[in-house]
Amino acid sequence: MLELKNISYEVDDESGFKEIIQDLDLVIQDKKFVVITGPNGGGKSTLARLIAGVIKPTSGQILLDGEDITDKSITERARLGISYAFQQPVKFKGIRVVDLLRIAAGKQLSVSQACHYLSEVGLCARDYIEREVNGSLSGGELKRIEIATVMARKTKLAVFDEPEAGIDLWSFQNLIRIFENIREEIKDSSIVIISHQERILNIADEIVVIADGKISDQGEPARVLPKLLGTEAAVDACARLQ
Amino acid sequence: MPKVQLDEIQRRLIREIADLHKIPEGAYNFRANSKLAGRNTTANIDITSKEDKSGIDIHVKAGTKNESVHIPVVISDTGINETVYNDFYIGEDADVLIVAGCGIDNCGSQNSEHDGVHRFFLEKGAKVKYVEKHYGSGDGTGKRILNPVTECYLEEGASMEMEMEQIKGVDSTERSTIAKLKKGASLVVKERLMTHGDQTAVSLYKIDLDGEGASGDVVSRSVARDNSYQKFDAKIIGNAPCHGHTECDSIIMDNGRILAVPGLEANDIDAELFHEAAIGKIAGDQLIKLMTLGLSEAEAEEQIINGFLR
Repeated sequence: MLELKNISYEVDDESGFKEIIQDLDLVIQDKKFVVITGPNGGGKSTLARLIAGVIKPTSGQILLDGEDITDKSITERARLGISYAFQQPVKFKGIRVVDLLRIAAGKQLSVSQACHYLSEVGLCARDYIEREVNGSLSGGELKRIEIATVMARKTKLAVFDEPEAGIDLWSFQNLIRIFENIREEIKDSSIVIISHQERILNIADEIVVIADGKISDQGEPARVLPKLLGTEAAVDACARLQ
Repeated sequence: MPKVQLDEIQRRLIREIADLHKIPEGAYNFRANSKLAGRNTTANIDITSKEDKSGIDIHVKAGTKNESVHIPVVISDTGINETVYNDFYIGEDADVLIVAGCGIDNCGSQNSEHDGVHRFFLEKGAKVKYVEKHYGSGDGTGKRILNPVTECYLEEGASMEMEMEQIKGVDSTERSTIAKLKKGASLVVKERLMTHGDQTAVSLYKIDLDGEGASGDVVSRSVARDNSYQKFDAKIIGNAPCHGHTECDSIIMDNGRILAVPGLEANDIDAELFHEAAIGKIAGDQLIKLMTLGLSEAEAEEQIINGFLR
């Protein structure tokens, strides 16, 4: 279980003082599939970065299974069981897909084990395993490899920041299927996805709406989703084409 | 012909520079502490010692295919200072792999220096893959110095691929590579370099593309850490309708410094020459990504550098 208690995150830079997350409380229960949505600039990605430890809150506390992890580093949180899929996958020079999967799994994967994770995200493993994780891969390919690295970690909490961002419509349809599969296979882990996509919101156990750095609504899709339809917090796939 | 006899340190150096765990198949010439430690020739590849100076002549017969030549050099005594001249004559349409390399283990207080001068003469259509690795070890105060000079002369349609690697332990190196290419000849150089401590490494290239359709490509990836200094100076001269490209891609860490001086000179209206150079520290998001996979910052750095220098 992940608990965020009175979390605030403020920045004070050239553009002035800004409170991006304001005194936010949120609990992610075990074995839940939680989708966070809300308008752009509302603080969703900041929240994901706070959970992963990429940034530290200005005030408040983060607990994982009751343990205070507020001051723990990215590495320590990763080792405690938090995974984080970037909105913009990182490119490398010389690091291959199989290398990233091995690092993620924390052990020497056989080629067939590594291939398993790639086929889970709909990539033909044979074609990708030796490829470098660089700009020669398309946005959709990088995104799916990013998801595969998080799946290979098998942690108790995985946070995906807008997995649909920056990929083409065809890849997007496949991506939805991947999350539907994850939804089916969810056992001991909790999944948090930041997404505006109606089809992803539909399969959530719980929807959390974040606007202006605060939770504006929270609950089951049956109750929350109808209020979101037609807003930028819940769009269908074709809205991406407009 | 002497049998190969190496002590434990020398065998370890050989493993580092040539990935050799045992005596290779094919032609070889082992040099240890300035003396010949073993040699083998084949029906197609002959190796003879030079009469007038230190070094060897390697003759590969025309049409020789799928054969290799290994010429490792190891130095485990302190205070050795040598210059060795090796000339390779590669016959028409031959296709061979040549593996050279120098390992120095200096536990003493005197400097050890090995300067290898390698000249390659490729006849028409000959093809060579040349792999050269440098490695230094030993905790003495004596410096480990390597100053290799490589000259390549490619006749019509000849091609050469060079891989040069120096990852550890060489205190000072000044590498100079010159090449002259005739019609349709091609040269591809892949350089990998890492310096640390107070090391300095200078890498100079001068590639003349003299014939129509000649092509030259020099790609260097390097990492400078601690207080080390590197200079990469690559010049491509297009004297005919040709294609040339140099690329220097570097990571700096700690107080490392790098000077990249890409140079292009076009003396023909149809010469197409390009250069790219980039120097910077490890990207923060690369470190963060690997840390979210459970690596410490130091482990993440190591993975990024290992990949970069692959």
